[in-house]
Amino acid sequence: MTTTVIPPVQKTKATPTRPQPRPFALVRHSLALARRSLIKTIRTPEQLLDVTLQPIIFVVLFVFLLGGAIAGDTHEYLQFLLPAILVQTVVFASVATGVSLNTDLKKGVFDRFRSLPIGRSAPLIGSVLGDLIRYVVATLSLTICGLVLGFQLVTGILPALAAVVMTIGFAFCLSWAFVLLGMVLREPGAVQGVAFLTMFPLTFGTGMMAPSDTLPGWLQAWVKVNPVAHAMEAARGLMIGGPVATHLVWVVAWGLGLLALFAPLAVRAYRRRT
Amino acid sequence: MEYAFEARGLVKRYGKTTALAGLDLSVRQGSVLGVLGPNGAGKTTAVRILATLLRPDEGRAFVGGLDVVKDAAKVRRQIGLTGQYASVDEDLTGIQNLVLIGQLLDLRKSEAQARATELLSEFGLAEAGARQAKTYSGGMRRRLDLAASLVGRPDVIFLDEPTTGLDPSKRDDVWNIVRGLVADGVTVLLTTQYLEEADALADEITVIDHGRSIAHGTPAELKRIVGGQTVIARPADPARLAEAEAILTGVSGRPAESPSRGVVSVPVDGDTQFTEVVARLAQAGISVTELSLRLPSLDEVFFTLTGERSTDESAAA
Repeated sequence: MTTTVIPPVQKTKATPTRPQPRPFALVRHSLALARRSLIKTIRTPEQLLDVTLQPIIFVVLFVFLLGGAIAGDTHEYLQFLLPAILVQTVVFASVATGVSLNTDLKKGVFDRFRSLPIGRSAPLIGSVLGDLIRYVVATLSLTICGLVLGFQLVTGILPALAAVVMTIGFAFCLSWAFVLLGMVLREPGAVQGVAFLTMFPLTFGTGMMAPSDTLPGWLQAWVKVNPVAHAMEAARGLMIGGPVATHLVWVVAWGLGLLALFAPLAVRAYRRRT
Repeated sequence: MEYAFEARGLVKRYGKTTALAGLDLSVRQGSVLGVLGPNGAGKTTAVRILATLLRPDEGRAFVGGLDVVKDAAKVRRQIGLTGQYASVDEDLTGIQNLVLIGQLLDLRKSEAQARATELLSEFGLAEAGARQAKTYSGGMRRRLDLAASLVGRPDVIFLDEPTTGLDPSKRDDVWNIVRGLVADGVTVLLTTQYLEEADALADEITVIDHGRSIAHGTPAELKRIVGGQTVIARPADPARLAEAEAILTGVSGRPAESPSRGVVSVPVDGDTQFTEVVARLAQAGISVTELSLRLPSLDEVFFTLTGERSTDESAAA
């Protein structure tokens, strides 16, 4: 062959040129993919059951079954329980991202994402961001349930919003651990199983259901370092009054630590997974 | 740099399984390369490497002169991929699927919308555009999938078994789309298990087996290797089978066989011999219930090239 110059590709239609790279690519791509995941959630609302009905059942169950015994009065117990169960529900909801990503990876659509000129982390960030809707739905569902049962916000709207933001922020950070599981494990069921094993000590090894000074010493030691326990105490402080600052520091430090550890590991695992 | 893409000595192992054992592939700009092979021959692995989804263990591959490992990001701007299983998002509508791809390719929202609308009407999906892809038929999904791989106006398109699982009329739709792409100057790599498909679409065919190229050439060259086509005749009166067999042998110059009861077949070299068979059968007054000219099957190609049957069971890994 003597030709060294490739002839320009002939397009039959007068078409604009190929799209060119634009700045802030990762942000734009992640948001586009977050929107995808949001559409999927809206189209299959049954997958929101775990953040709508389930927490309501928990609240009703705990308040009326245990309230009398633990607090002597169901209303008193509702005040004590609701901020904590909000944290529990939202933290629990963070598992779903890992499970759904694990399912998604097996479908061809992720092959297409891999063949596109987007950051390798974009599909993961997109899923995690898109699932923020789950946390918002959980919060709304519990708020309504709490108000119906007679929960009284002692502090005010702004501190309560701060509690919600803190909780969602922490769940966002923690969800990267489950994204990593979703990348590493083979089956969605396995992701769910392993995630739930870690969820029980995280959410029940806390002062959620009873004041932590009623717990045995070893459990108290765990509660003192467990970020979810601190998030629950901070949420209580922000909603019904009480100490907040120390707990908040614990939550933020843990959250950033988890994010810094698991987000890069998850992206790396995604790159390697074929 | 006259090749649209090129692979040299690709090796890929999965544990003890060797998916590719030194595969070479290349195709000129604006032509169609058919990669033909049985299940487990390494077709999909080769496509995944060229489409930057997988890194080869050894060897190098280039698309538009760019290394698929080192310049992966740039390569991704030039390619479109349609996988073996329709890679569309079932919960999204047709238009949402295409707009998403457009946005990921850095089109502005309005441009992405326009491109999506354009592609949907080109692929006969304009009316279905607002419906979720899960309501689409298999053929519609495949068309949407093809449209999705074209959003970025790629120079090179990889089609991994694009017609597997489609019924013949839907398969023809896909074939026509591929022909349209080539007319637009796009280079296509098409993997298939069907010689017929490669023959219908490809300018050149690479036959691969056990992760290696075992033959390469134009469809005509390959057919010459495997002995062209076969004439099959089924006399209406089974008693006249021997006469029919004699006619077929006479025309072809090769002994006719009876592959199944009441049927005779013989390999022929050109289309003219088929006409001759028709004429002689008519002359002899032998009426037939079936008379056809068919390409050798993939199995026969393999048998000729390797001397062994392409047993899918043992090759599927």
